[in-house]
Amino acid sequence: MSLAEEVELLRRIPLFHKLEPSKLKLLAFASERIRFGAGDLLCRQDEPGSSAFIVICGEAEVLLETPGGPVPLAHVGKNDIIGEIAILCDSPRSATVRATTDLVALCITKETLLCLINEFPQMAIEMLRILAARLEHTNRELRSIVSAAATH
Amino acid sequence: MGIVTHRLFSSEGSTEQSRREPVVQAPAPQPDQMDKNIYKFILRYSGRQQIWLVFLTLVSFPALYYSLDLPKKIVNEAIHGGTFPKTMLSFHFDQLGYLAALSGLFLILVFINGGFKYYINLYKGQIGERMLRRIRYDLYLRIFRFPLPQFSRISSGEIIPMITAEIEPLGGFIGDALSQPIFQGGTLLVYIGFIFAQDPVLGAAAVSLYPVQGWLIPFLQRKVNNLGKRRVREMRRIADRISESVNGIQEIHGHDGTAWHLADIAHRFGDIYDIRFEIYRRKFFVKFLNNFINQLTPFFFYSIGGYLVIRGSLSFGALVAVLAAYKDLAGPWKELLDYYQQKEDIRIKYEQVVEQFQPPGLMPSAQILGDPAVVPQFTGVLSFRKVGYAEDGGPLVLNDITCDIPLDGHTAIVGGAGKAEMAQMLARQIVPTVGRITLDGQDLSQLPDSVVGRRMAFVGQMPYFFSSSLRQNLYYGLQHRPLRPALYDGAIETRMRRRLFEARQSGNSTDDPNAEWLDYAAAGCDDDAGLRRRVLELVTGVDLAEDAYAMGLHGTLNPQRQPEEIAKVLAARAAVREAQKDPRLGALFEQFDPDRYNTNASVAENLLFGIAVDSRLAPENLAGNSYVKQVFDKVGLTNDFIEMGRKVAETMIELFADLPPGHQFFEQFSFISLDEMPDFRAIVSKCAKVGVSGLARAERLRLVSLPFKLITARHRLDVLGPDMETRIIAARRVFAADLPARWRDAIAFFDVNAYNSAASIQDNILFGRIAYGHAHGAVKAATLISRVVDKVGLRSAIVDAGLDQPVGVSGSRLSTVQRQKAAIARALIKRPDLLVLSETTAALDGVAQTRIHQTILNERKGKGLVWVLHRPRLARTFDHILVLDNGHLIEQGSFEQLNRPGTKFHTLLQDE
Repeated sequence: MSLAEEVELLRRIPLFHKLEPSKLKLLAFASERIRFGAGDLLCRQDEPGSSAFIVICGEAEVLLETPGGPVPLAHVGKNDIIGEIAILCDSPRSATVRATTDLVALCITKETLLCLINEFPQMAIEMLRILAARLEHTNRELRSIVSAAATH
Repeated sequence: MGIVTHRLFSSEGSTEQSRREPVVQAPAPQPDQMDKNIYKFILRYSGRQQIWLVFLTLVSFPALYYSLDLPKKIVNEAIHGGTFPKTMLSFHFDQLGYLAALSGLFLILVFINGGFKYYINLYKGQIGERMLRRIRYDLYLRIFRFPLPQFSRISSGEIIPMITAEIEPLGGFIGDALSQPIFQGGTLLVYIGFIFAQDPVLGAAAVSLYPVQGWLIPFLQRKVNNLGKRRVREMRRIADRISESVNGIQEIHGHDGTAWHLADIAHRFGDIYDIRFEIYRRKFFVKFLNNFINQLTPFFFYSIGGYLVIRGSLSFGALVAVLAAYKDLAGPWKELLDYYQQKEDIRIKYEQVVEQFQPPGLMPSAQILGDPAVVPQFTGVLSFRKVGYAEDGGPLVLNDITCDIPLDGHTAIVGGAGKAEMAQMLARQIVPTVGRITLDGQDLSQLPDSVVGRRMAFVGQMPYFFSSSLRQNLYYGLQHRPLRPALYDGAIETRMRRRLFEARQSGNSTDDPNAEWLDYAAAGCDDDAGLRRRVLELVTGVDLAEDAYAMGLHGTLNPQRQPEEIAKVLAARAAVREAQKDPRLGALFEQFDPDRYNTNASVAENLLFGIAVDSRLAPENLAGNSYVKQVFDKVGLTNDFIEMGRKVAETMIELFADLPPGHQFFEQFSFISLDEMPDFRAIVSKCAKVGVSGLARAERLRLVSLPFKLITARHRLDVLGPDMETRIIAARRVFAADLPARWRDAIAFFDVNAYNSAASIQDNILFGRIAYGHAHGAVKAATLISRVVDKVGLRSAIVDAGLDQPVGVSGSRLSTVQRQKAAIARALIKRPDLLVLSETTAALDGVAQTRIHQTILNERKGKGLVWVLHRPRLARTFDHILVLDNGHLIEQGSFEQLNRPGTKFHTLLQDE
């Protein structure tokens, strides 16, 4: 896949859709495209992370490692972004991500992402929006769990 | 117990090794104090040469005088007329013949005078440079003689300019020191004598103002000198500040301190400006005054001399000669005054530098350089008697320490403050402020380096590494003196002899750095191969083998010296190719194939199908290479490369256009550097207007140069399609087929059956590239390589190659942990009688620590070991434990004796 095709792909991702094409091209050029086989780990829980992934094609599952074994949390697929929390807050990976099919991802290193956010603030706003939506989703989940527990 | 003597160089009883060549004699002893007065220094080391110079100068005078007298004779006797024929040396001359003879004589005298000047100048240069070399060497030697605490008072920023720049003018001056005043003074006297001989009154007029100048100028000069002194001091401080900024650059950025440093240095530059401007003001005033006084004298000549000629009491010829002589008089007189100014300047520089290199407590040079034929082995005990240590007049950090440390057992030091100092003192890194440390009755602080440095080893927390290979750093403790002379032949030997002679003339070291310095016996080995085996064993023991292996994969082998290893690399290559038949593994690599384009290699590599050994075929030079051009013209690729270059340039401009200058992306990703960006922008827009054919040759070349670094799989720029790949393969074939003989050795071609000596070991094993864009590709490749390396038995050769990799400036390519491991190996390899470790392994992780501890304890079985432990529990295996608290030795004994309730040691164990 060429740079031009990657740019097309990035444009369809909400996080980037407001960026100018030349910036998207720079992002694609500065990032590595990585192929994972089914079963390969994109990242492992509790390990330090230095890059985020944008899934170009294929699917993966997000697993929470617990003493009782891995608990699936979510499924991710094309155009999803994974692992941005660890590189934004310098914290270890909060979950394990495993490819369930053959998967291709664009790997954005911490330096590249931070540089881009610095240069192009609209990206930061878009990122905030996505994270806020995710927090909102988590809160809702939590609320339903708590109310379910209360009724028992 | 008596000291067992041990001849360091003949421990195996070989007479060959014990015969020391006379070539390696120690340099001539230098007096321990430097002469405070530069003239004393000059006379001490170049007295005889100075006398020879003075002699030559005096000998040159008669010819000089005669050359002055001759013009008068030519004017008065040959031109003006007289009685002819004249007789000279029994030859008879008519007027024209006489003129020709005298003119010829004049020419000969000019030649003789010039010859004298040439020889004298050359000789002066030689003396000056030798003396400069001597003083530099002596100052450098003094750095080694400084007591260690001196280094916290003086920085390298101050020392370096003193040895390099500040004393540089001394070289020019020393040749002139005696001969210049004598030559110029003598010349002056000759001229004056000549003028007096013509007419006493004119003579008196010529020198009448000299007393005034002779008094006034030095008086004014003194102020300038004092300013000069201040300038030197200030400049040194500035040098220190600059080196501080370089060393502290991370702190400066990290705390946003740049503005403060700029303000500080600007202020200091301001001081220098003020001083220099004041110097100029005064110096040029002195010059002005001097010139004015000098111009007063011609006034006397024209008026008084003219009057005398008119009156007829002075011949016209004499006045001409006097005027000519006076014109020459100004020269030497000016030179004399300049000499005086220069002398003062140099004197100050010399005194100020010497003062800095004369700190109290300077070690005698014999202690540093003394080379006893017999280096005694340390045995018995090291006794501390009421030893205390204070830093530079501060409070005692160690107090009243009395203990015996056996040199055949293991001693642990645990507890609080003072541990590090105690260890440093044991290894004589520092010497006691009070009390004594003795070894068999001998004061440890009095022993020469040649004994302490060979029989003891110290590893601190921050070991230093020199910028050479890891191996040379590990061998560092084995090279004390040249042992076997280097063999030279023919012209090189003559040159080395001359250099040796010169070194002796300057009192420099006459040791040959090219000689064989490695002392195999000290490491317990017989030869190079033995030492290599030993170092491999130690590197493995200190857990450094993995690191060396990783470094070695990027290293190279020597096909001539290591044919067996080369065969193993080829076997490993075959095994990798076999393993790659598994498609999951095979996808991770792209092998070199003469008939296929490698998308994970650059265009340049694909074209050459090899690695350029000659820099003229390096990727950045390919576009300008005439042979490449010839090949491109033949296969018709030139225009395609221009087009590809244009596309690359266009993309780069688009990608990086909006980024601020200096953005890290440029360095990391751009094909075009920031400075070239405007050029390429101009070329691309010109190309859009007038087309490729409208571009200048140089512009086209710049476009052609761009695609060579392109790697299809990595850059994904889409400028290089399958069709172009096929054509580059075609070009590859033409390139190889037509290659002229002179370029044949410039490229190491990829050949599946041959080792490529320009490529790294890893590249040779893979014979291809790791494909971009596979998850954990590098890790999987490393695993595969590691597996085949073990299969063919190549690991130790790679570790060995890793040892030959450079460690960078101050060992910067090694991590802290690697440095600690390497420092331990460096200390162990020289088999010291006492090894002192100061919390050396604190930075290591648990597993490595255990392994290294075991290695150290095994290596030191039955030998002296003192270890400052950061964890008291590790002391269990030690024979003897010293417990320090607040600088006092509060408990000592065996582990069992100390490990009982109520002791400090017990508390320490409990707290751990």
